[in-house]
Amino acid sequence: MATPTLTRPAPHATTADSLTIRQPRKKLTVGRIAAIVVAAFIAVLWLIPFAWATATAFKTETDAAAPDVTWLPPSGFTPEAFVKVFQDGNIPLWTWNSLYTSAAITAITLVISALVAYALSRIDFRGKKVLMTVIIASIIIPPPVLIIPLFYQMLALNLIDTSWAIILPQVIHPAMVFVLKKFFDQIPRELEEAAVMDGASRLRIFTQIILPLSRPILAAVAIFVFIGAWNNFLWPFIATNDGNLLTLPVGLQTIKSAYGIQYAQNMASALLAALPLIVVFLFFQRQIIKGVATTGLAGT
Amino acid sequence: MSTSTLSRPRPQNLRKPGSRTRSNLSGWGFAAPFLVFFLAFLVWPILYGFYMSLTGKSLTGANDSLIGFANYAEALADADMWRSLGNTLYFTVISTVPLVLVALVMAALLNIGLPAQWLWRLSYFAPYLLASTVVSLFFTWMYNPQLGLINEFLTGIGLPRVAWLNDPNVAMWAIVIATLWWTVGFNFLLYLAAMQNIPAQHYEAASLDGAGAWRQFFSITLPQLTPTTVMIVLLQILASLKIFDQVYQMTAGGPGGSTRPVVQYIFETGFTGYRLGYSAAISYIFFGLIVVISVMQFVITRRRSA
Repeated sequence: MATPTLTRPAPHATTADSLTIRQPRKKLTVGRIAAIVVAAFIAVLWLIPFAWATATAFKTETDAAAPDVTWLPPSGFTPEAFVKVFQDGNIPLWTWNSLYTSAAITAITLVISALVAYALSRIDFRGKKVLMTVIIASIIIPPPVLIIPLFYQMLALNLIDTSWAIILPQVIHPAMVFVLKKFFDQIPRELEEAAVMDGASRLRIFTQIILPLSRPILAAVAIFVFIGAWNNFLWPFIATNDGNLLTLPVGLQTIKSAYGIQYAQNMASALLAALPLIVVFLFFQRQIIKGVATTGLAGT
Repeated sequence: MSTSTLSRPRPQNLRKPGSRTRSNLSGWGFAAPFLVFFLAFLVWPILYGFYMSLTGKSLTGANDSLIGFANYAEALADADMWRSLGNTLYFTVISTVPLVLVALVMAALLNIGLPAQWLWRLSYFAPYLLASTVVSLFFTWMYNPQLGLINEFLTGIGLPRVAWLNDPNVAMWAIVIATLWWTVGFNFLLYLAAMQNIPAQHYEAASLDGAGAWRQFFSITLPQLTPTTVMIVLLQILASLKIFDQVYQMTAGGPGGSTRPVVQYIFETGFTGYRLGYSAAISYIFFGLIVVISVMQFVITRRRSA
């Protein structure tokens, strides 16, 4: 997938921007063949769960529950399970809930993190060191430790069973603040000097000079945060009981108990739930890989 | 405070002369939105959680009064708490090794430069994009003792069936296998990105000296990857300590509590047992453990790099 020149990495591109593989050497040595065989073996192992789930999802329930494990069912493949899942129909609703809560989490995270990262990177203010230390230290706090007080807090704020309960506690990503700060640090100050001379405000410099130059890292952070929010289970599971607000992962958990031993329907709903991110991944593979690698590696 | 001229920090901002107050204002102004969320949904819950752990607070609205460290005393004598902590540590130990090693192997294979890169990356990384619920559904089905694909394969090659999720001796390994499949793609990407960054000249020079692929891997790739490896191991340990989703969904902590991690115990004492105060105390014991482990990691990596 060729990336247009517009998304060319910034001059101070982090490591992961170079995530294109060296040109394959043409020579087919024994070693290379062995490597391909091993890589293929792992790839097949890694694809089997998808393949098996797909095969099951297209079976009749009778075939799926038959004692003989077959890839090709006696009664042939049928979309029956998918139709049933759609008729019982919460998956589109849950997908929508996941989509807008994750989008809101990502948007708020980006805005507040970029702002504070800019201050930490460029503005010399009293208390900056303390603020920085506190944010760094907070990286260590594991979210599961917070579930009890957060739940109580949401209860007190009367936010339980609203989307806000899902969204609000998920917008703080101290590590991402540092990923952004690191990137801002590398933007040459000369770029802003002219604007400062012209008397441009901080906010103007931030939005018109810094942000446009930071698109690659903003995209990376957005991807990282979005995937995390989309797949988060524990907190949304605690924050909502209202069936209309369930996110996809939490909704699926209820399906599992509702369908019990309906194997084909279980697999059909799992696949439907997996589909959106997989499709997005197919389209934006480069950006997603770069995003995860950049933000993941930036921990160093 | 005596600052030597040498170590004096370089002037960092573009501030115009005499605008110190303005800098303070705009600095905190830019930080304010983050700070509001940070204080409300991280700092406050951490502090309030500690307060809760000192009370007999329950979901049913009973006893709000301070009871000192009674919850902690009770937790430290609670065999179930120790067991769940033990399960969490056990999972962390046995999952970290394969999650780092398999990722390294995957990245090393792709780094050779195989055709159709996107296909390999897709198959190794795609599971990471799935929700834990999807992964759990897939694997519960594959682990099914009678109808599952895995036992079918085992009997096919003449091995006995395994009660994957129902055998207390096996269940945790079944969780590790599912977790490996699910999350190894993340570490794999980090390794691959780091490998791509090793300058090609290193390899060219080694080739000229007649070093083969294995030799190059062990003499160049691995040493160059050391900082990445250290980082991946640390991130993995912290991630594994937080295990909850897949266990809760695949075994619900069973059989017989053999897979129940501490996060599930926190969840259950709080929301099923309604004992918020007690649950908060266990959260803090768990938190303390994570702090200790993190500090140990910090000290060890400091010493290594010193």
